[in-house]
Amino acid sequence: MMMILFFALAAIAVAGAVSLILQKEPIHSALSLIIVMVALAGLYLLLGAEFISAVQIIVYAGAIMVLFVFVIMLLNAGNEERTNFSRMAAYIGLPLAAVLGAGLVYFVGRGSQQVANPEVVTDVTRPLAMMLFKDYVFPFELTSILILIAILGAVVLARREGDSE
Amino acid sequence: MSAFLAEHSLIATSIVKTVVLLFLVLTALAYLTWFERKVVGHIQSRWGPYRVGPHGLLQPLADGLKFIMKEDPFPIGADKFVYFLAPLLSMAVALTALAIIPFGPQEITLFGHTSSLAIVDLNLGLLFLFAISSLGVYGVSLAGWASNSKYPLLGGLRSSAQMVSYELSLTLSVVGVLLMAGSFSLRDFIQHQQGWTWHFLPRWNLFAGPLPQILGFFCYFVAAIAETNRAPFDLAEAEQELVGGFHTEYSSMKFAMFFMAEYANMVTVSCLATILFFGGWLSPFPVAGSWSWTLYIPAAVFVICGLMLIWDGITYTTNIGKVELVILGFALTGVGVLAGTSFAISFVQGPFWFLTKVLAFLFIYVWVRGTLPRFRYDQLMAIGWKLLLPVSLANVVLTSLALVVTGR
Repeated sequence: MMMILFFALAAIAVAGAVSLILQKEPIHSALSLIIVMVALAGLYLLLGAEFISAVQIIVYAGAIMVLFVFVIMLLNAGNEERTNFSRMAAYIGLPLAAVLGAGLVYFVGRGSQQVANPEVVTDVTRPLAMMLFKDYVFPFELTSILILIAILGAVVLARREGDSE
Repeated sequence: MSAFLAEHSLIATSIVKTVVLLFLVLTALAYLTWFERKVVGHIQSRWGPYRVGPHGLLQPLADGLKFIMKEDPFPIGADKFVYFLAPLLSMAVALTALAIIPFGPQEITLFGHTSSLAIVDLNLGLLFLFAISSLGVYGVSLAGWASNSKYPLLGGLRSSAQMVSYELSLTLSVVGVLLMAGSFSLRDFIQHQQGWTWHFLPRWNLFAGPLPQILGFFCYFVAAIAETNRAPFDLAEAEQELVGGFHTEYSSMKFAMFFMAEYANMVTVSCLATILFFGGWLSPFPVAGSWSWTLYIPAAVFVICGLMLIWDGITYTTNIGKVELVILGFALTGVGVLAGTSFAISFVQGPFWFLTKVLAFLFIYVWVRGTLPRFRYDQLMAIGWKLLLPVSLANVVLTSLALVVTGR
């Protein structure tokens, strides 16, 4: 049962990723990315990481991708165009992708014997909270300040010249 | 066959429960439209639906028939796939969220598998609910985009901005309750609220605990109304400015799906308000001792309503009303008598109080719609970011302080 679910979700994720690249309409690409995110959340759920799975959907599928879709709708982005350069990229990119895939298959296949069954943790939220807000509270807060600075920077950059307070 | 069922009892029970819940919920949604039109009608000194069946009771059936029979045009230049996907997504997301709502404390046994009165009982129920409902915005925004028309696009943009803004306050407003219960499970929230202060005031989160969650509830309810795109925050479908908003180009069953999704979201939000702040399925009366007569309230309510319906049916003007209302009255009286028997009396309590509270919230929803005028868009954003967000943040800080001070 778990095996069937795993392969179904994995297939959905890979299909979504491929469709993300191949779609010409930006909204379709964004939708494919959402499918990938939801399938990944399902995979996390299979691993017993309920919290990460829920957060994956809330943050990535529910917040970040909403902004993507929003921006695409606002800018009314047109279809992608095939240029000479993008065709050239395909000639180089496809063999490189094949090499990367082969490498991944080889190394993952070689390493799979060493992976033991992880022990199932039922209460995942508490240890995670302890780590975030106790053990690693300083780096955590530092990251949030970094993000705040990035937001302020974006506001400053987006403000037009000559705008007064 | 029975051996097969016993082996796959978990899946079989889940399917049975899902089908029953879907049937009940879809019927309830249809009658919620009737309820809303009736209540708004009376608020505005009208009768509401009155012609189709006695008291307009068959109106939802007529509406459904109309939705199915109507022509389903397709706007020129619209994105076909996304245009079809949007209503499906709205509806699927709205109905999935209902799967984790526990309707009562009892456990039921089907095919030898014992499970609770919810389709699933998740440890992270609340997080799951927020995860699912955060996907609801796609239905609205994609519908606006895919229609290839200016009013839907504007409506879709407006409502996605609104939903993203209010989701923040909605999530933050329940953190106080979360901290007090120390769990994400909806069942734990309700069990946490058991007991009475001074022997008569229930220890519901609204007025008990280290810090009464009045601020939290205020933020939750305002944000929830905005999140479900209901009046006075229904800017996405402001008729005077945007025709129908994101669903302008939709008709027939696809339009009905948006409609049902909106009502399903209202039900979910009301259920969650009941669970988080009003004690879920817990009775407002102490059940033990001299208060044990309150166990008969469900039965009494049903019997009284049933008898009133029978009387109304006998004196009703049309013949179909004389038949239908009397039958309905007898059915209700029967349910009431059944609820009073010792066999069912303890089972009925949980669902009865839960659904009563949910119905009260739905009534408030309709009441608000019938009373308040629509906010302007800048007012809407100001309320979300400058009022609700700071207040819900303050609620989180105050609740944590109270928890630390009382040492829980």
